[in-house]
Amino acid sequence: MNQHLLSIDDVTREDIERIIGRAESFAEVSGREIKKVPTLRGRTVINLFYEASTRTSSSFELAAKRLSADLVNIKSSGSAVDKGESLKDTVQTLSAYDPAAIVIRSPQVGAAALVARWTRASVINAGDGKHEHPTQALLDLYTLKQRTGSLEGLNVWIVGDVLHSRVARSNILAFSRMGCRVTVCGPPTLIPRGIESLGCRVHTTLDDLAEADVVYALRMQLERMTGSFVPSLREYAAQYQIDGRRLGPNQLLMHPGPVNRGVELAAEVIDSPQALIVQQVESGVVVRMAVLYELLAGRGAPGGVRIEAATEPQPA
Amino acid sequence: MNTAEPNNARAPVGLDFAAASPATLLVRGANVLDPRTGIDAVTDLVVRDGAVAAIGEALEAPDGAEVVEAEGLHAFPAFVDPHVHLRTPGREDEEDVDSGTRAAAAGGYGAILAQPNTEPVVDSASVLRSLRERARAEARIPTGFLAAITVGQRGERLTEMAELAEAGAAGFTDDGLPVRSAGVMRQALQYQRLAGRQLALHEEDVSLSGDGVMHEGAVSALLGLAGIPSVSESSQVARDCALAAYEDARIHIQHVSALETVEVIARAKAAGTRVTCEASPHHLLLTDNEVRTLDTNFKMNPPLRAETDRLTLVEALRSGTIDCVATDHAPHAREEKEHPFEQAPMGVTGLETAFAALHTGLVLPGVLELGLLVERMTAGGEPFGLPVPRIEAGAPANLCLVDLDAEWEVGEPGYESRSANCAFAGQRLTGRVRVTIAAGSVAYRERSFALGAVA
Repeated sequence: MNQHLLSIDDVTREDIERIIGRAESFAEVSGREIKKVPTLRGRTVINLFYEASTRTSSSFELAAKRLSADLVNIKSSGSAVDKGESLKDTVQTLSAYDPAAIVIRSPQVGAAALVARWTRASVINAGDGKHEHPTQALLDLYTLKQRTGSLEGLNVWIVGDVLHSRVARSNILAFSRMGCRVTVCGPPTLIPRGIESLGCRVHTTLDDLAEADVVYALRMQLERMTGSFVPSLREYAAQYQIDGRRLGPNQLLMHPGPVNRGVELAAEVIDSPQALIVQQVESGVVVRMAVLYELLAGRGAPGGVRIEAATEPQPA
Repeated sequence: MNTAEPNNARAPVGLDFAAASPATLLVRGANVLDPRTGIDAVTDLVVRDGAVAAIGEALEAPDGAEVVEAEGLHAFPAFVDPHVHLRTPGREDEEDVDSGTRAAAAGGYGAILAQPNTEPVVDSASVLRSLRERARAEARIPTGFLAAITVGQRGERLTEMAELAEAGAAGFTDDGLPVRSAGVMRQALQYQRLAGRQLALHEEDVSLSGDGVMHEGAVSALLGLAGIPSVSESSQVARDCALAAYEDARIHIQHVSALETVEVIARAKAAGTRVTCEASPHHLLLTDNEVRTLDTNFKMNPPLRAETDRLTLVEALRSGTIDCVATDHAPHAREEKEHPFEQAPMGVTGLETAFAALHTGLVLPGVLELGLLVERMTAGGEPFGLPVPRIEAGAPANLCLVDLDAEWEVGEPGYESRSANCAFAGQRLTGRVRVTIAAGSVAYRERSFALGAVA
C-alpha cells in the first residue's frame, strides 16, 4: 500500500480486502465497553478541514482517538487559513509538529495530492472538490460486504448528480475494482462527458433500474438548483427519485448522506429494511480506523515495525 | 467599400528596442537554412554593420569582425512570436520588458508582439507610448505592442483605435478574454477600415466554457474538474469568420486548440475569408492526459486538448491552415502556480523552449520537416504586416544559430524569463539556440558559447 490514500487508484483490490478485514476486527473493538486500542499511542493525526463536514470529520476524529493517537482538529473558520495563509504555508506549519497523518478535506481538486508533496506525513484525502472521496468508497464497500457477503458480480446503479459528486467518482472506481458492474444514471446535464472511461455504463432514465442489485443514490445538492442543470426539484424528483414503487423488494439502497428527504429519496425507502444508510454511518469509524492503521502501522508503512514493537512490549 | 490595405492607411507598425551597436561578424561554416530564399547549405556568412553583406564559400572577415566558428550549427532566420505576455505594466515581478525580450532572444526570436492585458490595460495612446519608450530603453529585440479592442477589455466600447494605430499599435486584441458581443465585434471589424491593423482574437464562448479549467473529456470526468468544451472555441471562431467575411475585414485567430476550430478556419480560408491563425508549441505537443498529474504548468486557456486535436493541429501546421507558431508565453508568479489546480492562474511560459520542443517533438521523429518548422516559426509577423526575416545579402541581419544536436534539460540551467511556469519543465530537449542576432545586433549569446577572436 502507498504511503498516502489520495484516490481509489492508490489501492489495489488486495489492499481493499485487507482494509475491510481490518475494519471487521476493529468492529469487534467497537463492541467493547472500552473502545480503544493503543496502536497509535504517541503519534499525531491532524484533521485539516476546509469544508463543512459532520460525519467525515467526526468519524476521523473518533477513529484516531480509538487508536490512541493525539489529534488536532483544524477547521478553516477561525484558523490562519481565513487570514489568507496559503495551503502550502499551512501544511508546512503543521508539518513542523511532525504528524504521522494529515487528513484533509478541501473544495479544491487535487488539494490532498498537493499536501502530500509538502509533508512527510501520510496524507488521507477526505474529499477534494469534485474529484474523490476514497474513504467514503471504502466504507461503502465494507457496509455492502457485511450485508451481501461478497461484492463480486453485483450490479450497482449510482443515481443522481454525478457531475458534481466526488463520491460518485470514487465509488465508480471502487465498485469496479471489486468486480461489480457499475451504471451511472442521472439527468444528461449532470453526467460528465467522458465518464464512461472510468469503466461504467451511462443511463439517463431509471427504466432499467430493476436490473440493479444495489441502488446508490447521490445527494442532490440544493445549491446546484440555482444553475439550470435541472429545471426544478419537482421535475428531478419525478424522474429520478428512488421511492417505494421504483425500489424492488430485493434491491439494497445506499446513500452517502445527508439525505434530502423527498428529493433523491422518498421517506418510505429511507426507513425500509433494504436501506443501508445507517450502517454506512456506523461503518465510517471502523473503516477509517482501518485506513489509519494500514497507512501508519500496517505492512509497508514507514516505521511500521517500530510501531508494532512499541505497542507490544518486548520481553526485557 | 474601402478596399485599401488597412496597414497602408496609417503609420507603419512600430517595433522598438534598445539599439545596440550593429554587429560585424563572419559566421564560418554554418548550415544556412532559409526556406523562403531556398538556401540550405553549409557556407560562410558575413554581417557588416548589422546587415547581411555576403553569403558564400571561404569569405574573408571584414575589418574588426568577430569570427563565429559555427561548424555543426544551423543558421535560421530569427523567429517571430506574435503572442507574448510581457506583464508590463503591472506585474513586473512576473516579467518585464528586459527579461521577456531576453527570454525571447534566448529562444532564437528576433521580434515579438506583446499582448495588452496588463494592469492597466493598453487601451490608450498614453499607456502605449510609455511602453514603447520603455522598450526603446530595455528591449533586447524589436518589440511591438498590441492595444486592446475594447476599453478595459470589458467588451463594451471600442478603444480609440485610430489614435492608437497612429501611436504605433501593432494591432488590436482583447487576448485573455473574448469579445463576447457579436455586435461589438462587428463594430471593431468595421472600424478596421479606418484604423487599419490586424484584429487578433481570443476565441471562447464564455457561456460554454463557464468556470472550466481544462479540456472537457475523459480526463476532466475522471478528475472532477469543470471542462472547457472544444465547441466553446470553434463556435466563436465560426461567428467571427462569418462577421469578417461580411465586413471584408481581416482577423487573426489566436492559439487555436481544437480540431473543430481547424475545420472552421479551413472552410473560411477556402471561401476567401481573410483569416490567419496561430498555434502554440504546447498545443502541438501536449494533450489533456498531462493534466492527470494536476501539475498547474499544464493549465492554460485554451486548454490542452485530446490527441485527435493535437494531431489535427500538427497536420494543419504542415498544410498551412495554421499560418504560424506563437508561444502565448504567459509568465506567472511561483506562489500563484502553487495553488491547487482550479485556483491556479492559466498560462505557461514558452519563449525559451518553443523551437527546441517542436524540433524534439515533431522534427526528430520525422513528423514535420525542419524547413517547414523554421518557416512557421518565422511567419508570426506576417498577419500583422511585419516584414518576414530573410537571410540574404542586403537584408538586415535577423538570424539565430542553433545546435540541433545539443541536448538539454528544460529549467536545469535556469530561465532568462522571470517566471518558471514552463509546460516542458524537466523534459530533455534536443536543439539549443547559441546566438541570436536581431535587427543587426547580437541580442543573445549562450554563456558557454564564446564568439571568436576579433579579426
